[in-house]
Amino acid sequence: MDYKTLDLTDQFVELIRRAATQLPADMRQGLHQAKGNEAPGSAAEGALDTILLNVDIAEKNSTPICQDTGTPIFEVKYPVGVSTRKLADQIRAAAAAATKNNYLRPNAVDSLTGKNSGDNTGEDFPTMHFHEWDEDAIHVDLLLKGGGCENVSTQYKLPDGDLGAGRDLEGVRRVVLDAVYQAQGRGCGPAVLGVAIGGDRGSGYLKSKQQLFRQLDDTNPDPQLAALEERIFEEANQMGIGPMGFGGNTTALGVKIAAQHRLPASYFVSVAYMCWANRRASMDIQLGGEEVEVSYA
Amino acid sequence: MPKLTTPISDEEIRSLKAGDTVYLNGIIVTGRDAAHKFMIEHFIKKPVQPDEQELYDDLKELLDGGVIYHCGPVVKTHDDGSYSFVAAGPTTSIREEVYQADVIRHFNLKGVIGKGGMGGNTLKACAEQPAVYLHAIGGAASYIAQSVKEVLGVYKLEFGVPEAMWVIRVEDFPVVVTMDSHGTSLHDTIQAQSKEVLVGLIS
Repeated sequence: MDYKTLDLTDQFVELIRRAATQLPADMRQGLHQAKGNEAPGSAAEGALDTILLNVDIAEKNSTPICQDTGTPIFEVKYPVGVSTRKLADQIRAAAAAATKNNYLRPNAVDSLTGKNSGDNTGEDFPTMHFHEWDEDAIHVDLLLKGGGCENVSTQYKLPDGDLGAGRDLEGVRRVVLDAVYQAQGRGCGPAVLGVAIGGDRGSGYLKSKQQLFRQLDDTNPDPQLAALEERIFEEANQMGIGPMGFGGNTTALGVKIAAQHRLPASYFVSVAYMCWANRRASMDIQLGGEEVEVSYA
Repeated sequence: MPKLTTPISDEEIRSLKAGDTVYLNGIIVTGRDAAHKFMIEHFIKKPVQPDEQELYDDLKELLDGGVIYHCGPVVKTHDDGSYSFVAAGPTTSIREEVYQADVIRHFNLKGVIGKGGMGGNTLKACAEQPAVYLHAIGGAASYIAQSVKEVLGVYKLEFGVPEAMWVIRVEDFPVVVTMDSHGTSLHDTIQAQSKEVLVGLIS
């Protein structure tokens, strides 16, 4: 067995199944903690109760946590010599198989005809990014990003006069809080906010989404960004929007910020709003003799 | 906990207040973007065409005193051709704001289930009709699918599985009244409160 003949379709199906049906441990823990912070008997507490019950049922029955199984976003790291064209074919085949097994809802619609392809494949669907690396292994991260929260994701161009937001971290703080306010309950909070400072309109949105792969309890290596994450997290939760927008103490479960170089003329702040169902999963593939060694996380 | 069963009476609707949790029972119909656009364009703004009369009559009966659910489910097709819901949480309702008030009035809807709340036109129609907006828990799809006891049929499957109109029987489907028939919207209240906080945080 070598990377040339490797077929990972089955492993990709299992990765999709895990992402769609099993909420990561850090997200569960965040939701449990949030429940403890809500008033007993409140609609906010009731919503979190239902959410946690749903997470358990989905895992037990191997059914989707949310019926909107979203855009599958694959970030693939691969060693020198692997054909990304073949890996892409395998990912598409896996998406179709996972749809057949009801792990994914048919979610790819032709924008011109309105026709649903029925199997989660189509033009630029699923989303895939390939990165060559020095390891002799394949690592895949998968995020399922639902449409409701995607619709409230947004991008600001600083300076923003209405919000008094200049081209600095104070300006970033202001626009991210505005994004949380604008979203209200429509993005299925409590949210994880992925934020990218800089880039262009395309790379900024991509970077903001990639922040959603980070663990809720990680610490940003940049102390300035770490402090900003902490502050926005606390202030977002002062806004009282609460789970589902019912009111309450938990509006955000986490804030994750990255910075990119930008053009002198541009200062974008991209905000990827992620619903409480932050469905991510990863797998590692290694070739050991005739065997494919696979581990999921 | 209070229960509601379709068809729902005006008295029951008037007794509900924003913030109440209720458990919904009976037959309801799913409908989202394509279904709302279709109902407006084919039934409400234009006379019903002969080849769609049967569908119209069926919907009239199902929706009279009934409830529409903004939902695009994951559906399993069994070997005998029958269906069951695998995952069935609400979708964002505000996209139907341009259609909803007309649909509520035309079909005598008593309830709309979705998530995220709706706008002023729908709130006005809720007060007049009367009707209520019922907020399901977004993302709680496997849980809600368990309260869908039976799939009785489907219309407009050509819209695709998420957009089709599924006729389902639910038992103890948990929802929160967030827009009542007395002009109160919990969404408006929360938005106003959070605006004050935001202004304080960025001024």
